[in-house]
Amino acid sequence: MSTRTSLSTRPPEDDRRPGELSVRELLRWTWRQVTSMRTALILLLLLALAAIPGSIIPQEGVDSLKTSNWQSDHPKLTPVYERLGLFSVYDSPWFSAIYILLMLSLVGCIVPRTFHYWRGLRAKPPAAPRNLTRLPEHATYATAEAPDVVLERARTALRKRRYRLTVDGDAVSAERGYLREAGNLVFHLSVLVVLVGFALGSMFGYKGGVILLVGDQYGFSNNLTQYDDFDPGSLFHASGMEPFSFTIDDFDVDWLTTGPRAGMARGFESHLSYQETPGSPEKKYDLKVNHPLSIGNTDVFLIGHGYAPVITVKDGNGDEVYSGPTVFLPVDQSFQSIGVVKAPDAEPTQIGLEGEFYPTVAFSKQTGSYYSLLGKPLDPMVSMLVYTGDLGMDTGAPQSVYALDKARTTMLTKKNGAPYRIDLRPGQTVSLPNGLGTVSFDGLQRWNKIQISQTPGKWIALAGVVLALLGLLGSLFIRPRRVWVRARREGGGTLVEVAALDRSGGGDMAAVVDEVVAAIQNRREDES
Amino acid sequence: MTDAAWESLSNQAVAACGLVYFLALLAHLVEWASLRKVPVSASAAAAPAGGVLVDTGPAPADEASGRRPAMFGRLGYLLTCLAVAIQLVGLVARGMAADPNRVPWGNMYEFTLTGTFVVAFLYVALHRRLRLAWMAPVVLAFVLAVLMVAVIWLYAPVAPLTEALSSYWLVIHVVSAIIATGAFTLGGITSALYLVKARGASRTTGYVARLPKPEVLDRVSYRLHAFGFPVWTFAVLITGPIWAHQAWSSYWNWDPKEVWAFITWVVYAAYLHARTTAGWKGRNAAILALVGVATLWFNFIGINYFSTTSQHSYAGAPALVTVGTVPTTP
Repeated sequence: MSTRTSLSTRPPEDDRRPGELSVRELLRWTWRQVTSMRTALILLLLLALAAIPGSIIPQEGVDSLKTSNWQSDHPKLTPVYERLGLFSVYDSPWFSAIYILLMLSLVGCIVPRTFHYWRGLRAKPPAAPRNLTRLPEHATYATAEAPDVVLERARTALRKRRYRLTVDGDAVSAERGYLREAGNLVFHLSVLVVLVGFALGSMFGYKGGVILLVGDQYGFSNNLTQYDDFDPGSLFHASGMEPFSFTIDDFDVDWLTTGPRAGMARGFESHLSYQETPGSPEKKYDLKVNHPLSIGNTDVFLIGHGYAPVITVKDGNGDEVYSGPTVFLPVDQSFQSIGVVKAPDAEPTQIGLEGEFYPTVAFSKQTGSYYSLLGKPLDPMVSMLVYTGDLGMDTGAPQSVYALDKARTTMLTKKNGAPYRIDLRPGQTVSLPNGLGTVSFDGLQRWNKIQISQTPGKWIALAGVVLALLGLLGSLFIRPRRVWVRARREGGGTLVEVAALDRSGGGDMAAVVDEVVAAIQNRREDES
Repeated sequence: MTDAAWESLSNQAVAACGLVYFLALLAHLVEWASLRKVPVSASAAAAPAGGVLVDTGPAPADEASGRRPAMFGRLGYLLTCLAVAIQLVGLVARGMAADPNRVPWGNMYEFTLTGTFVVAFLYVALHRRLRLAWMAPVVLAFVLAVLMVAVIWLYAPVAPLTEALSSYWLVIHVVSAIIATGAFTLGGITSALYLVKARGASRTTGYVARLPKPEVLDRVSYRLHAFGFPVWTFAVLITGPIWAHQAWSSYWNWDPKEVWAFITWVVYAAYLHARTTAGWKGRNAAILALVGVATLWFNFIGINYFSTTSQHSYAGAPALVTVGTVPTTP
């Protein structure tokens, strides 16, 4: 080996202090460190550790509402966490650094091993060691048969067991299990494939949600302005959006009427009409949870539903200042929902309504308040408080459609000081005090929360992970082993030595030796 | 049978299997307690390779004391088999109690029931192949403890599946995840015993002295993990994302349960690496296996109490009424 010669050759320059490295040596040293097995191991553990905060601290990309709530609850920690990137751990530089280093380490480890494997693939099994009986697993026996006969039979037996063979003098060398290393290499390369697929999805894909009312008159067409929330990848371009459109013609809910989950929905289904491109023929699809609709590369999902009471507000002059289905957001399984109505154009003063919707209303004497008995709309009611004053909609600052800015408003109260509450069932109208106007609950509509996503590279990622699994199976369960059989004349007969070596460790090699010996000794059994 | 009858059958079967597991544990404790001497062949098992091991049988005086442990050992194993069968009845009845009938994987109680079943079943199935007799007391104590946790804290009445769960991916995803959990748990127990044995290798009395040699424990542990890891990969990185894509519109959401499944995967990948890395073999690898099993069970039960955002929480939270980002008007 070359190490012996290099050891005896001293480096020409002796003026360097020990430990001092040239730039090239430093680079080489760094590369060796990065690609060493130990570094890979530590990086793996670091990756596991680094993933933990993201599961405990709310993440912006996962649940932005919860994140902003957490941030307002922890004003002192928030700036610190923000600097550390703890609200988006999986995009943060330090998390990326770990997995990029890990990938670098992987490439550095795999590339040389692939070349090494490629060269080794054609190599013949190594020659038999001089002394087979020194190997941990071996067997010896004497026979009257000639060595050639024994060796020939050994070759047949081992070839049948799919060993690669070479004959060298008085011994047969055999090796099998080359695919173990191939499996190992495939597994590691597949990790890179998965990463590429994942990166494609998060760079070029998008995910968006829209709350759409049920009915032919409402529709959705796939462009940016129609989304309620939209989360594009960093390299996403709107020209990649497919120009489909759809309406929800009808919506069915299967309500549970008995059992511990009575009152909750067992299943729900939206009946869609959609067009793949403007002008193409209209098609129908029944959209359900777990049954998304695929249009081209885009997938459309049904992920939630709720009620939209139709509310009309007339102001003091009798003019209609607000009218239409108003989306209320469910807060529990019984579909008790919350929502607001904003009428900034009302005269003499702006009117804001905030309150709850109950699909099947009931009154609890214990808490002194209404609650919803069932999700099914058997006895629907809205119950709202009234605010007058400035709703803050002229400031230009964005405002949630599900919250009132109450800073410059006053709540209407009764003469005894209790809040003035309007409770309306469908068809009812109430007149607000002081000639402010009227509010009526005209009917009930439904909405669906539709999620739309485009994830390029998902098939690459899937192919990668399936390949990784196959490679993994190969690398775990293919046993690389070597077997040697030597037969030589000794005394009057032939001395046969058989030895086996498991190169992965953990195999029961004694059994392998026994099997090979039996096959060589008992010719008939082997041929049958 | 009515659904209510099935449900009470399930509850009775779970109670009965707990009792039988306990009896099995007692039998094994009697077995281990009545052993008098460490058998010579156990300490001298490292017979010279290729040599002939001459077994002259136990000395006559030991014969009487040797029969009792063997009998209780067999009794314990048979009781364990019986308990596993009763637990299976409990699981099937649980599924039959729901309307419509379904797989018994709708909530944490049912997941835990199935998890302990798989741990016990794998132990029973691999008992002969991997010679796991020494594992009996630890496995039974573990199964019994987790079963009690399930019955006392996690119990929930039978209810239909929530919408997101009614998919055939439930069967594929949950079965593979639970099988991997069972294998990893047995592997973790073996690794823990490896560490104990490696520390007290020179002890000649007690339970530790009768454990197999550290090399054997290490090999058994590796085989269990080598079985569990591809199954876990399949469950967490293939079927999980496919189902997530179907139900939640994105195949990887960094949901807390997903994150912890990923952490478990990474730790076990590190374990497999460590076994072939100088300086990490043996003790450090075993510690990694224990870290792995800790993350696994934390993910199984613990994370539900830490994070409420998880889409995997089926404890009654309105998983499908969340609306995500609040739309804003300009």
